[in-house]
Amino acid sequence: MRAAVTILVVAALASVPLWLRDPYLLNALITTGIFVVGAMSLNLLLGFTGQLSLGHIAFFGIGAYVSALTSLGFDVGLPGGVRLVHAPWPPIAGFLLAILVAGLCGYFVGLLSFRVRGAYFVIVTISFAEVVRLVALNWVELTQGPLALTNIPSIALPLPGIGELTLRTKMQNYYLVLVVALVAYLLIARLVHSHFGRAMRGLMENETLAVSVGIDVTRTLTLAAVISAAIAGAAGSLYAHYIRIIDPEVFAFINTVTMVIMVISGGKGSLAGPVIGGLIFGLLPVALRPVMAPEAQWIAYGGVLIAILFVLPRGIVPSLAQRFIRPRSGAPALAPVALTETGAKEPA
Amino acid sequence: MTARSIAMNIEQVAVRFGGLVAISDMSFTVGEGEIVSLIGPNGAGKTTAFNVMTGFLTPSAGQVTYQGTTLTGLKPHEIADLGLIRTFQRTGVFPNDTVYDNLLIGLHRQGRVRLLDAILGLPGARASERRLRQRASELIEWVGLERRAHDAAGSLSYGEQRLVGVALALAAEPSMLLLDEPVSGMNASETHRFVELIRSIRDRGITILLVEHDMPMVMTVSDRIVVLNYGRIIAEGTPDVIRNDPAVIEAYLGHGAGRA
Repeated sequence: MRAAVTILVVAALASVPLWLRDPYLLNALITTGIFVVGAMSLNLLLGFTGQLSLGHIAFFGIGAYVSALTSLGFDVGLPGGVRLVHAPWPPIAGFLLAILVAGLCGYFVGLLSFRVRGAYFVIVTISFAEVVRLVALNWVELTQGPLALTNIPSIALPLPGIGELTLRTKMQNYYLVLVVALVAYLLIARLVHSHFGRAMRGLMENETLAVSVGIDVTRTLTLAAVISAAIAGAAGSLYAHYIRIIDPEVFAFINTVTMVIMVISGGKGSLAGPVIGGLIFGLLPVALRPVMAPEAQWIAYGGVLIAILFVLPRGIVPSLAQRFIRPRSGAPALAPVALTETGAKEPA
Repeated sequence: MTARSIAMNIEQVAVRFGGLVAISDMSFTVGEGEIVSLIGPNGAGKTTAFNVMTGFLTPSAGQVTYQGTTLTGLKPHEIADLGLIRTFQRTGVFPNDTVYDNLLIGLHRQGRVRLLDAILGLPGARASERRLRQRASELIEWVGLERRAHDAAGSLSYGEQRLVGVALALAAEPSMLLLDEPVSGMNASETHRFVELIRSIRDRGITILLVEHDMPMVMTVSDRIVVLNYGRIIAEGTPDVIRNDPAVIEAYLGHGAGRA
């Protein structure tokens, strides 16, 4: 049953470019897909460990810049008269490096802040994103600052024996984003259902008890932060090579807020939550564009978010699962995927 | 009593919170396979002692050694890795998870697999997962909670939650178990069953240190009792010795019971 639903959903998503010919809508779907990947990575931290990364866009932006610079090449002067010169590499190498570097940043940010956690983690992540934005803005020799990095090459897939397939069309990029999103989804699903996921859940629900049965807090949370940051980095790389121009505005706080809204509205701590929330808030601008001025749209987003959380307080997916999927005999109505703070406050 | 090898040695441990002395100079030992109870009036420092032994608190002075390893400076999860596992007075379960999932989390120490194996679903990780599920079912059966296995742990009665807590601790494969007031909130028949449970845990070769207020229960189950009052040990011995110790009677009933 579950497998059938999964296959159906994937098939439906894969069929979209076959019948949707409007390039504007396809473009919206691609950028939404990229942000959905970002939201999924945020959900791994927020929904499964309870840690709010309010600078999550930093990992996304780092992925974008690393990938862009790897494929564009650069020539910068370092202190001491040393010049650092890098010749352009294939974009696919940039994509892999983006994952690696973003993951590494996740490791350091996690290591720094998880010893204290909670509000400190929020503050460290916000500061981190702001610092990275300032570096991108001011290290003009490397990043072109506000002039932006332009002409970023599209991703080219090496095909053994044939050559290269450069992904230029919207349809090709749609499938690229879809594949990356599916891999990220599967990775997160496997992770949270494994031994590691149970350790994360244990820490979120009852940290004292969790450590007393041998769960290492710092190691578990750092692992989640690394994987989360790496996935965000992958999304950033896709963004850079699809949009083909990036500037320091990519680090803007509003982009993190957008991801947080996607996760909260869809339902944090559920695998499908960020996908549903991401699709809603990613495609809402498209739906509202003919009827509303951009300024009014922001108000509408707020209204939609409030409406969703008013009707479905735990987010769309967990709340609907609770309402429509009957729990096993005698068990309280509690979705197995939904482990929210509100759930903890109301013992069933 | 036959001479046992020492499992845990508490040497001159003191805990002070600012000016408040929670424990002053506490020394005692627990032998391998022994059931020892730590008793005393409220505020005597029993839970504080537990927190020191499990790494949640660093003592102001003194040290605790377990099977030859000094515990000072070790984190709680590192102490758990030595096989020293505790239960909690309250909040002893993961409330939003089913009893079954609680035990799977508790089996953390048995389920360590490599990250990549788990993500790729390699046979090693899958076999480990099957073993864990099997073990979780066994433990649930052992504490007699089969009917509640798929209920959220937070929805169980206090007595049942205590059982989940003990099963969780056992899931971590302890060589020594520290039980913090395990029968409080249980009725007489539940307590009786719990005593049986403690004995069968000991019969598996697990050393037990118990903090408890229920005197009949303590007197039945313990090999030896250590009595704390105001952070000091005031008596130590077999249940019979403790029952008749004047210092203990005074601590529990007050000085001059007639006036109380």
